[in-house]
Amino acid sequence: MPDAPPPIKATKKMKELMAGHFLGLDQAAREGRPKVAWCTSVGPAELLHAMGFAVYYPENHGALLGATRMATEVIPTANAAGYSPDICSYLTADVGAFLKGVTPLTQAYGIATVPKADVLVFNTNQCRDVEDWFAFYARHWNVPIVGVRSHRGLGEVKAHHVADIVAQFKDLIPTLEQVGGNKFDIDRLRETVRLSKECTLRWRRVLELAARIPSPMTFFDHTIHMAPAVVLRGLPEAVEYYDLLLAEMEQRIADGVAAVPGERHRLYWEGMPVWGRLRMLSDLLSQAQAAVVASTYCNSWIFDAFDEREPFESMARAYLELFIVRDDEYKERYIQQWVERFGVKGVIFHDAKTCPNNSNNRYAMPQRLARKLGLSTLVLNGDLNDLRLFSDEQAKTNLEAFVEQMEELAA
Amino acid sequence: MKLAAGIDIGAAATKAAVLDPMGRLLGGAVLRTGVDFALAGARALDEALAQAGARPEELTAVFACGYGRKNLPLANETRTEIAAHAAAAYHFFPRALTVIDIGGQDNKIIKVNAQGQRIDFKMNRKCAAGTGAFLEEMALRLDLPLERMDSLARQAEDEARLGAFCTVFTATEVLGRIREGAPLAALVKGLFRSVIKRVLEMDSIQGAVVMTGGVVAHNPYLVEMMAQELGREVLTPPQPQLAGAIGAALLALRSREPAR
Repeated sequence: MPDAPPPIKATKKMKELMAGHFLGLDQAAREGRPKVAWCTSVGPAELLHAMGFAVYYPENHGALLGATRMATEVIPTANAAGYSPDICSYLTADVGAFLKGVTPLTQAYGIATVPKADVLVFNTNQCRDVEDWFAFYARHWNVPIVGVRSHRGLGEVKAHHVADIVAQFKDLIPTLEQVGGNKFDIDRLRETVRLSKECTLRWRRVLELAARIPSPMTFFDHTIHMAPAVVLRGLPEAVEYYDLLLAEMEQRIADGVAAVPGERHRLYWEGMPVWGRLRMLSDLLSQAQAAVVASTYCNSWIFDAFDEREPFESMARAYLELFIVRDDEYKERYIQQWVERFGVKGVIFHDAKTCPNNSNNRYAMPQRLARKLGLSTLVLNGDLNDLRLFSDEQAKTNLEAFVEQMEELAA
Repeated sequence: MKLAAGIDIGAAATKAAVLDPMGRLLGGAVLRTGVDFALAGARALDEALAQAGARPEELTAVFACGYGRKNLPLANETRTEIAAHAAAAYHFFPRALTVIDIGGQDNKIIKVNAQGQRIDFKMNRKCAAGTGAFLEEMALRLDLPLERMDSLARQAEDEARLGAFCTVFTATEVLGRIREGAPLAALVKGLFRSVIKRVLEMDSIQGAVVMTGGVVAHNPYLVEMMAQELGREVLTPPQPQLAGAIGAALLALRSREPAR
């Protein structure tokens, strides 16, 4: 068995950036300047940056709660407060942690609590839960909550959808001016959109490098290195970070370094990560010489439409064109393109119990794709954060059997 | 003679099978797994070897499958029980198949093509409703020896309707039917129907149907009920509880064949 690849060196820089991000937010919240805006992960971050807010992403905090396995400890507290165990476990983990007065930021950065919001800004393009989640904090702190109620299940993104979202973005401005104390400036928005575009171009390139055989990175690496694209897009640091990561990955390719030593199988991951079991799943698949080379989830921070010449329209288009906003026909075509381009022979659908909008197996898509593309598909039952819904042994046997099946079919 | 063995360490029972080079079963054993997987595996193999009249040094390969497959140092390699059941089913019935394995804690539906390659499989989700553990729990609640269930179900003139997914809630439903005066036999038949429903909602069925596993071995009437439900013949291999062990042994034999 060839050697494991060396650790990704850029990780050190990413950790510094993330520390700077959270410490900056903590300072802003304590000093009251700049004002703190909470934003959903695919919400209008560009507008918030352009209007001078420090932008905080609770979904990133939700993922941290999952990855540190604190989530399963704190979710019951939110359940007891009336938030069902069947709804988004980012929400229940985050609210549960808040009610218990704990956060993984304490151990990571010495930060006592999540930064108090001055305004909460959601976009329901991914789900309704984000609005309910933010509403909890809006009531708790008595701060304004504003947002965009998005279209969903779109085949084609049409001009009237875009016009509607643009109008909703513009409606946010008076509240944001009032809370933040800064006048809206179209040129600052253009610059932020430009930086987001630069970030997205590089992040796309990082993901596309995994099409190489062997792949220099896997989905499990991507879930870590996507953090700057999520929380720092619209800022120059994210652009610089991906230049660094790209250079390292291109060197890996030149040196023939494989993320999965002896790569034999190439897989696609559809759905949310299982944050508390990333290592277990990564090790298991790596031992089976199976590389997860592409995923819908990590692709969700590719925003091809950004264009500083039309900042509002391009933002609207970018946030409507996302996979999660689209209908099943679009989603199947999308997966087909990535599967074909990346030489994928098997698709793992993670059915996350508390995240129906990211669980695309539930309306027979695996069966349709298997028939159409001659792929092996597997549905893995679990959850993004709530490990009470995930069985290690079931997952191990399922994945092992899946790779065995691919071996048999390849023989 | 060059022999091969398979050991299937399941959550409830550990099974071993010793095969000759032609894949014929020479000896088999079924023991309770208990808490020491390695010991259970070793004992089951000893028993199977004794039955085969063979010595350990005659074994060219031992493959393990099942829940405890990674905990058996004497095994040369491991395979999943999904691969093993598929291999055994195809060995006995070489055609396109859907294999239904009802185990102690999990159920599997495995699809095999006409060439014997696995093309799809499903395991039950986290819940163990519809598995052997479900029937064990119900037998306990009904104060009924497990081995009486099959004959009782067969005698039933009626069938109690049970609708819940959850094992515990099914027990509550059973109490309700008892209060309504349902005979014991009708309750047991209703429980068998519940197992069949849980299995059939996992996946579609195509090709010939083969049932394997301990529940099938001890409850042949459940196979008859499944055949009625599906409206087609349902096949079972000889000694269906040994199917995983036989399959693992077949895979062990194949691994020792010279490459073609």
